[in-house]
Amino acid sequence: MSATKSLSIARSVALAALVVAATGCSVEPWVKPYERDHLADPIMSFDRDPVSSSYTGHVYEAREGARGATGAAGGGCGCN
Amino acid sequence: MKRIVVMALLSLAAMRTGMAGVLPEDRADVLLHSYDGGGVTIQGPSVLVRKQFAQKFSVSGNHYVDKVSSASIDVVTTASPYEEERKQNSIGLDYLHDRWMMNVGFTNSEENDYKAETFSFGVSQDIFGDLTTVSLGYSLGNDVVGRRGTNFSEDTQRQQYRLGVSQILTKDLLLGVSFEAITDEGFLNNPYRQVRYLDPTTPQGYSYEAETYPRTRTSDAGSIRLRYYLPYRAAVHVEYRKYGDTWDISADTFEIGYTHPIEAGWVFEGKVRSYSQSKADFYADLFPRSEFQNFMARDKELSTFTSQTLRVGASYDIVRGGWKFVERGTVNVILDHMLFDYEDFRDLRVTGVTPGSEPLYSFDANVLQVFVSFWF
Repeated sequence: MSATKSLSIARSVALAALVVAATGCSVEPWVKPYERDHLADPIMSFDRDPVSSSYTGHVYEAREGARGATGAAGGGCGCN
Repeated sequence: MKRIVVMALLSLAAMRTGMAGVLPEDRADVLLHSYDGGGVTIQGPSVLVRKQFAQKFSVSGNHYVDKVSSASIDVVTTASPYEEERKQNSIGLDYLHDRWMMNVGFTNSEENDYKAETFSFGVSQDIFGDLTTVSLGYSLGNDVVGRRGTNFSEDTQRQQYRLGVSQILTKDLLLGVSFEAITDEGFLNNPYRQVRYLDPTTPQGYSYEAETYPRTRTSDAGSIRLRYYLPYRAAVHVEYRKYGDTWDISADTFEIGYTHPIEAGWVFEGKVRSYSQSKADFYADLFPRSEFQNFMARDKELSTFTSQTLRVGASYDIVRGGWKFVERGTVNVILDHMLFDYEDFRDLRVTGVTPGSEPLYSFDANVLQVFVSFWF
């Protein structure tokens, strides 16, 4: 590979990195803010009632071997 | 049994809005819970209050109680029925700065034979035009394990690492991906549980001795969840979680649910959850002899089993249009019916048969939650 071609690739990568760095947090959203009324509906919440989901997570964690990646919190055992 | 894990997760708590740039709503919840199954009843309240202040902060507090009355299969075959109470208190603080959200929390849990303290820290940020929320979290827990009526005391330390991404895919579809790795070190046994082994010198043909667990455990869990808004204002969600740990337990969890509001202020929900796991490599229902191997367990939670949950729930708006300082209020009822089927844990209440040929154990449980919520 020639030095010129290497330089060209390096420039392209640098330019791409610069574009990503400059626009990474301001990418044009493909779902506009005014199109998010459905997503803002409480029925679309991943955790509509934290007091309930926390308890449910504890019920499962005390009786199953698996744990984590559920969002459930808690301490102690309560598993006898 | 040694595995170094790189982990990650996004807790649901961080995904609750899919937007790190918004503080959680001011709200208060009072919940009464009841678990009844397998000879165990557990009841108690949970009170959760959250309030914003100074426009950039939100503070939360939770008081939770378990009142346990246990005559479980483990208790009736190797110990005596008992009653106990566990109290848990948590405080948390969220701080919002631009599109960043930081949170710290502390939880204390106490019962007469188990104390646990957990510190947690998390950070999340909205990126890509607020279509994506990335979250990181870390928790450190220190437990003290005791045994009723003795001076027994052992320590356990737990670290949790979480990473998650919440993503708006379309104007009707949300995606959540989370990973969590947990490492434990210390005394990980249940100090009351025992293993059984063949013993021809006894009338029933077997005896019991104390369990011995490894003193370390590392687990990884990854989950993916999708939530879709249906054209007639309802939501359907699916979720899958894969789990594995250094005790050789692997588990799969699948869930599908449906949420349906109607104009009169009601929201109905239903879901089905299916869980299955394989046993820990040091688990056996019946060991060939005493001290058969270094690590031995007969905890049914470490056995091969499946569980199914069927949920129905309803919520009703009791404060519509606001009342004094209350903007909104709901009363909620959720009932879960759970079925557990064990594939290598036997029912030792059945006697007079050859050891190891007792029927396999199974039980079902009903879990009821009744709670009121107020937004202010």
